[in-house]
Amino acid sequence: MTTVKQAQAGPAMTQAGKKKRSGVLLTGAAWIISVLFVFPVVWMIWTSFHSETDAATNPPKILSPFSTEGYSAFFGSNPWPPILNSLTASVISTVFVLCLALPAAYALSIRPVKKWSDVLFFFLSTKFMPVVAALLPVYLFAEKIKFLDNIWLLIILYTSMNLPIAVWMLRSFLSEIPDEMLEAAQVDGAGLVRTLREIIAPVIMPGIASAALICFIFSWNELLFARVLTGTRAETAPVFLTGFVTSQGLFLAQVCAASFVVSLPVLAAGFAAQDKLVQGLSMGAVR
Amino acid sequence: MRARRRRIAALATGAIAMSTLTACGAAAGWGGGGGGGGANTINVLMVNNPQMIDLQKLTDQYFTKQTGIKVNYTVLPEDDLRDKASQEFSSQAGQYDVATLSNFEIPIYAKSGWVASLSDDIAKDPGFDQGDILKSMQTALTVDGKVYGEPFYGESSFLMYRKDVLAAKGVTMPAKPTWQQVADIAAKVDGARPGMAGICLRGQPGWGQVMAPLTTVVNTFGGTWFDKDWNAKVDSPQFTRATQFYVDLVRRHGEKGAAQAGFTECLNNLTQGSVAMWYDATSAAGSLEADGSPVKGKIGYAPAPVVQTKSSGWLYTWSWAIEQASTKQSAAWKFVSWASSKEYQQLVGEKLGWTRVPAGSRESLYSNPAYLAKSSAFAKPTLQAIEGADPNNPGVQPRPAPGIQFVDIPEFTNLGTQVSQDISSAIAGKKSVKSALSKGQQLADDVAKQYRKREGK
Repeated sequence: MTTVKQAQAGPAMTQAGKKKRSGVLLTGAAWIISVLFVFPVVWMIWTSFHSETDAATNPPKILSPFSTEGYSAFFGSNPWPPILNSLTASVISTVFVLCLALPAAYALSIRPVKKWSDVLFFFLSTKFMPVVAALLPVYLFAEKIKFLDNIWLLIILYTSMNLPIAVWMLRSFLSEIPDEMLEAAQVDGAGLVRTLREIIAPVIMPGIASAALICFIFSWNELLFARVLTGTRAETAPVFLTGFVTSQGLFLAQVCAASFVVSLPVLAAGFAAQDKLVQGLSMGAVR
Repeated sequence: MRARRRRIAALATGAIAMSTLTACGAAAGWGGGGGGGGANTINVLMVNNPQMIDLQKLTDQYFTKQTGIKVNYTVLPEDDLRDKASQEFSSQAGQYDVATLSNFEIPIYAKSGWVASLSDDIAKDPGFDQGDILKSMQTALTVDGKVYGEPFYGESSFLMYRKDVLAAKGVTMPAKPTWQQVADIAAKVDGARPGMAGICLRGQPGWGQVMAPLTTVVNTFGGTWFDKDWNAKVDSPQFTRATQFYVDLVRRHGEKGAAQAGFTECLNNLTQGSVAMWYDATSAAGSLEADGSPVKGKIGYAPAPVVQTKSSGWLYTWSWAIEQASTKQSAAWKFVSWASSKEYQQLVGEKLGWTRVPAGSRESLYSNPAYLAKSSAFAKPTLQAIEGADPNNPGVQPRPAPGIQFVDIPEFTNLGTQVSQDISSAIAGKKSVKSALSKGQQLADDVAKQYRKREGK
């Protein structure tokens, strides 16, 4: 009897133990992954507070004296025009993307147009070509129409580059809205505008926030087009950032300080929209 | 529901705030294409080297205030600058009026008609004193008798060594060392202090990185990339011997992580006391002797080591060139003549310190007592190295194109970089020199074939 009891208790114990062990393993893995992701950023911030010579030592000196010389070099080089250019390009293109993507997503989910899946695929297909393949034609075209070094060129490019992603994202959020909700609104006599404002908007707000944030981040970080198409006036922050790299002399602390400051707006936008973002992302995940 | 509305309101307010900011910011980048920015504004494209950053800081007060010409700068790292300059100049987009180009680009661009001749401006501006520009620099920037660039600063290469470390080991640096002597000294001083290697030599891939010092070694060992009839000579015994010597020296007595070390890493190594010697650009001396440098006053300077040639130092200059398509050439010349003038050198010396003066371009600087007082350790060796460099005859045989540490043809950037990757692998111990060079020979031969065809050979 005892043996039987033991045999019965055994698997139950092991299962609980297994569950506990896999929980610990998962937590450990999550920690390792987070540390791996955060480490380069922390290292960048840490390095940015060192002097140039300390930043360049090999092996790295972790506990070298605190210095803000990287930051004074960055702010001393008038970084505001490029930062404002980046802000202009990112914010305006994101607004354009949302204005265009929302009606498109509506027409692809709530009131689907004919052959809506083909349309959706068409949107995706515009992302198939490598961006660099379009670079030379765009440059030559912009040069011909005297549109080089103009922030509006970047706004148009960023809008068209981010539009497919936004349409796909917003469509999946809009499809989440239960038909019953829309029907109930209709029964209650709500018109299109009222349905949009009071039923649809609150539900997909997290979706809009996450789509907007992603478009903002993509435009903010874009380097390839900005480097080729801008010059002295429309230069964006990432292009300005690369300017700190030099082949003669030390630059690590400066570049780290500049990178940190330039990534602040994205971090700020991310934190501001944090709860919406989590809602938005998990909304997609449930599907 | 109320909480949600409040959150939406907060988001909306945020968006409005952003747009307001944007509206202010928008002014920064709006405007038409090429040559914009008003008649009294010029756009300058330049490489991010410390001398250029000093210039940027001094421009408003000492150039714009006097002339009324506003200068907008785009500052880029060297490789990005080359890409951007070739894109800009080849399409003659007119976005930039002035750019820093090296003596590698200027002859090529001049032959293509992409840069404007400065000869007329020079003739009309006797105060600029073109005769004061060092002869080897003038030669390197002149094509068919016309000047296409004014040097901002120039450099050659020489050997820098720690006098105190060599003395402690009882070693004397010969006045004109040979490469074998340098290798022997490197062996003696290797490990002279804990963690100190014998010599720092570039190993980082890139035609302007490892290939620059290595090609000067090849020249003095009697090798060349091409003979005068455009036959590739990369796997010749002389080229192989030189490369093997370089790779062996850096592997046996060179710095840590040599395969990734370029100018910056070596500068850092010598400054931090991780190496006892360094063969590189003369322009490094300014940083080594700057106030606050831990090795200030401890460095000795010897000419570039030789084997078969009398001298072996390279010649390089960052120069100002005016784009042919620029519509503001007279304002551009005013800027160029200011930035490469004696007065500008004097200004930097007085305002920022004499070790920061863009040197190696004008003879008068080397008789300026204020400059000599601060740079006596390296001024004369630098001048001698630059004057001794002959881009038209750098080795033991006639060459098909000018250039000391490079071959002045557009294809060299690609060729040099591809070959440098294999040489860097050899320095890392992943490849033999022989296999690196036999692949290099094929690549060089492909380039040579085009030139033989063009010249009907």
